[in-house]
Amino acid sequence: MAVQNKKLNLKDKYQYLTRDMGWEPTYQKKEDIFPHEDFEGIKITDWSQWEDPFRLTMDSYWKYQAEKEKKLYAIFDAFAQNNGHQNISDARYVNALKLFLGGVSPLEHGAYQGYAKAGRQFSGTGARVACQMQSIDELRHSQTQQHAMSHYNKHFNGLHDAAHMHDRVWFLSVPKSFFDDARTAGPFEFLTAISFSFEYVLTNLLFVPFMSGAAYNGDMATVTFGFSAQSDEARHMTLGLEVIKFILEQHEDNVPIVQRWIDKWFWRGFRLLSLVSMMMDYMLPNKVMSWSEAWEVYYEQNGGALFKDLERYGIRPPKYQDVANDAKHHLSHQLWTTFYQYSHATNFHTWVPEKEEMDWMSEKYPDTFDKYYRPRYEYLAKEAAAGRRFYNNTLPQLCQVCQVPNLFTEMGAPTKLSHRQLVHEGERYHFCSEACCDIFKHEPEKYVQAWLPVHQIYQGNCEGEDVETVVQKYYHINIGEDNFEYLGSPDHKRWMSIKGEKPADENQDAA
Amino acid sequence: MSVNALYDYKFEPKDKVENFNGMQLLYVCWPDHLMFCAPFALLVQPDMTFRALIEEILKPATAAHPDSSKADFLNAEWLLNDEPFTPDADASLIDNGIDHKSMLTVTTPDLKGMAGVGY
Ligand SMILES: [Fe+2]
Ligand SMILES: [Fe+2]
Ligand SMILES: [Zn+2]
Repeated sequence: MAVQNKKLNLKDKYQYLTRDMGWEPTYQKKEDIFPHEDFEGIKITDWSQWEDPFRLTMDSYWKYQAEKEKKLYAIFDAFAQNNGHQNISDARYVNALKLFLGGVSPLEHGAYQGYAKAGRQFSGTGARVACQMQSIDELRHSQTQQHAMSHYNKHFNGLHDAAHMHDRVWFLSVPKSFFDDARTAGPFEFLTAISFSFEYVLTNLLFVPFMSGAAYNGDMATVTFGFSAQSDEARHMTLGLEVIKFILEQHEDNVPIVQRWIDKWFWRGFRLLSLVSMMMDYMLPNKVMSWSEAWEVYYEQNGGALFKDLERYGIRPPKYQDVANDAKHHLSHQLWTTFYQYSHATNFHTWVPEKEEMDWMSEKYPDTFDKYYRPRYEYLAKEAAAGRRFYNNTLPQLCQVCQVPNLFTEMGAPTKLSHRQLVHEGERYHFCSEACCDIFKHEPEKYVQAWLPVHQIYQGNCEGEDVETVVQKYYHINIGEDNFEYLGSPDHKRWMSIKGEKPADENQDAA
Repeated sequence: MSVNALYDYKFEPKDKVENFNGMQLLYVCWPDHLMFCAPFALLVQPDMTFRALIEEILKPATAAHPDSSKADFLNAEWLLNDEPFTPDADASLIDNGIDHKSMLTVTTPDLKGMAGVGY
């Protein structure tokens, strides 16, 4: 029909697109066609109330995306031909990309799958179309990120097997389990988790650090990807807000269900972002802003305004946001010292920050850095200089829910590890926090199955008993190339030769 | 509470003791020694003595810390799963009541880590 009538405007085209997908079934029951729509307890009384904020039709979508794609790949080609990797601030920066490629790009792929599923399950056509478009966006993000970063794989270590590592490596079980949790939920929880809590509330805390980080550190390939994804993300954010308002307006019984999901997914997102906090403060040689500044702007201020706005629906700010707000003074430092001591089991390098960087941190973290964290680095630097670079030779206790090692400290008591435990049906479980423990209590059947990397190693399911075998054989991390200290690493040496400097002193060599 | 699902949602816990080939998990936390970022997750024999746990497992695990060689772990203050606990050095872990996935917390009163901030 749209083909015959060339005078249709965008709005009409959209009407046709969606109307033709939504018919009243005659010989099948609606609940058989959309079996996932009811079991979460969300009540939708009128799908026609759904306001699709974009009214994007397929033909304009393809055209627009194709244009962006063409520009993007032209820049990737130019970047590769001009050896763009030589113009970055410092090779330490590439470690942020290693984290991104193993931790974030596979989540884009998970989002593609998740939205494809949600896009099948709603009986409302507007929501279905929005999910399907987002699904295609997310697949594109996953692919273009891999293409943007593939050039680095030719020149630096640790980028060679990101998808495999995502499924196996201990710290990547944090993002993996986050997304698996979301997409094994029903479609409404999935949208609350990803569209609202992650993409609307927290996304700036992921994208600003990585994309501005790329810009500040001369990584044109990744910056260009960021620009290319920006208009998609704007759509996703708008969808996130539309979803939550729509669900809340449909029925008052939806409010407590959504509130619990917001509590859960705010917390799960916050724990996931702890990886970004250390990337931001430590892995970017040229710093954009500190984690605590980013948290203040993007969560405390923007999130504060958002939850003020949602008050009229009976929604309050996420439970435990006070813990997250307090943690902004500590998070990145606690994470980095953790990864520093487990660098033998990561596909990226770690290091003691340089003097200017520590001074920057003193300035950004006036109440905490000099008191709690600078002494750690001074000690670690001294040990490394004496040929005793510190690696922790034991395995850490992991949280049953977020799967991060139990490294976080209590609110207001930064030298006391936060830990909770409970017994459920005769089994003991351990948690990093009251919040993760709460999440478990609501759905214990889900989390008793958690594939905790440390426990899997001890059960003998990871191709070896000792860490070295697990790291090499099961994780595909090349020992002596991908892992250990940055100073003296092959990446470091390669960078020095690119810059025409002398190779690193032999006694600075990694382990 | 219980998970909302389309079917009877029930799964075996992944970390039951029988999956550990005769061994069990034990967590040990040494407060004020944050050089070790998190409590240790250790694989131990249920019938090993508490003394052997200290000598063969805990001491090597903590050896990188300057306080380790000074620590008198046997006579330190212990918690077992957050309750006060007096270990019997020559009894087995199980006979000490330390079962699978138990957590021990050992405080060494005179040793408070480095830099005055429990590092
Ligand atoms: Fe995306
Ligand atoms: Fe997105
Ligand atoms: Zn947790």
